[in-house]
Amino acid sequence: MRAQFVLSEIGVGLRRNLTMTFAVVVSVALSLALFGGSLLMSDQVTTMKGYWYDKVNVSIFLCNKSDAESDPNCAKGAVTDDQKAQIKSDLDKMSVVQKVTYESQDEAYKHYKQQFGDSPLASSLTPDQMQESYRIKLKDPQKYQVIATAFDGRDGVQSVQDQKGILDNLFGLLNGMNWAARAVMALMLVVALMLIVNTVRVSAFSRRRETGIMRLVGASGFYIQAPFIMEAAVAGLIGGTVACGFLVIGRYFIIDHGLDLSHKLNLINFIGWDAVLTKLPLILATSLLMPALAAFFALRKYLKV
Amino acid sequence: MIRFDSVSKVYPKQTRPALRDVSLEVEKGEFVFLVGSSGSGKSTFLRLVLREERCSQGQVHVLGKDLARISNWKVPQMRRQLGTVFQDFRLLPNKTVAENVAFAQEVIGKSKGEIRKSVPQVLDLVGLGGKEDRRPGELSGGEQQRVAIARAFVNRPKLLIADEPTGNLDPQTSVGIMKLLDRINRTGTTVVMATHDQNIVDQMRKRVIELEGGRLVRDQARGVYGYQH
Repeated sequence: MRAQFVLSEIGVGLRRNLTMTFAVVVSVALSLALFGGSLLMSDQVTTMKGYWYDKVNVSIFLCNKSDAESDPNCAKGAVTDDQKAQIKSDLDKMSVVQKVTYESQDEAYKHYKQQFGDSPLASSLTPDQMQESYRIKLKDPQKYQVIATAFDGRDGVQSVQDQKGILDNLFGLLNGMNWAARAVMALMLVVALMLIVNTVRVSAFSRRRETGIMRLVGASGFYIQAPFIMEAAVAGLIGGTVACGFLVIGRYFIIDHGLDLSHKLNLINFIGWDAVLTKLPLILATSLLMPALAAFFALRKYLKV
Repeated sequence: MIRFDSVSKVYPKQTRPALRDVSLEVEKGEFVFLVGSSGSGKSTFLRLVLREERCSQGQVHVLGKDLARISNWKVPQMRRQLGTVFQDFRLLPNKTVAENVAFAQEVIGKSKGEIRKSVPQVLDLVGLGGKEDRRPGELSGGEQQRVAIARAFVNRPKLLIADEPTGNLDPQTSVGIMKLLDRINRTGTTVVMATHDQNIVDQMRKRVIELEGGRLVRDQARGVYGYQH
């Protein structure tokens, strides 16, 4: 195989189908940018889960005097010291529990003031109206149900709340968006593949004279097909490089600069450059192999030995 | 060199066979004319020899190999030992004469040194010395066919298949081409040539194989075109 011969054939082929090549490059770039984007999005969700699940608690809210009048869960009256002691000792015995902290009505009032100090509701509130609670940190945040079944409905307990439930709604939304991105990606990928098949077909047709002679003088199937396959691979690789550029630029402008989410949303832990950089080889490899395979199968039909 | 044992060929979606029960043998070094009207099966015969098609029944042996037993990926190796020439020349218009001939060697991976040596040699043999840098469009029909023959012969095939090589040429030019093919035959290369050209067949007095409706109807040493059996 003479490299120079093959390379010149590729160059000629790519230039002859300039518009088609451009279409292939763009569609490969878009579909792979979406592919990389959705991978990064899952990474982001995982990172956020790790960060937030560490911080979330399960709370057992205890009945106060006003609950005893209004809330059916507290029909038996406000929580007693015996009940509190029982709950505490039960919690300490549970293996899923990592740490239990008690929040008194005064502390709850203080926290509330800190958070909502300016609202008119806060000024009309008294410590009496606040609820005592146990804040439980679990070894595994998924094990919320164990606490809920043990304490929900017990005398003196108003409710068991899992903060993770709130986060899960958010993550559910992000996951939904991620799947939507993947669906668009799959569609783009189909478009890209069809374009490649068509480009190769046109290319093979416009060079049927050459390939016909090659067949007659006994050039091997590989030698005949290589220029077409590499043509598709080169176009794909250019598209893949563009997709990589999109991802790098995307992270730069969305997280670090431009939109600058890393400062505006400093509660969120964002993915680092390593997450982006580790995706690039995968994208480049896909952009090289996928068009090459598509071309190979397209040629099996159009360049018979 | 070529052996057909009761070969039949039916193309898909056609009921009438293109070849029916053809048996014949072509020895090494022979010069054979394949004659018959259009649709008689000449082209099918040549396509079977080149293994562009496989036969439906019987056996085709070329260069001592049963073509049914050659796997697809080994077909190119087999074709390197055959040369082919067509009525329409099949040259690459944007390559020069020398490049057209060199193409046949490049694509089977011959080295540059080898190509540089063999191309001028074969161009001299076909009488195109000095026209290496012309393009096919600048040449006469006869000269273009000489380029095609040079390309078919540059890899020194054992068997040369010619499908109506003089079909597009005037009688005078045709004679020149036939002399060239005869010379190639004398180097020991077997030549099988399908033709409609009565004058040529009558003049050359070589073996004639005639097909009619897919059947072998005549196989005659030193025959003429119009012989009726």
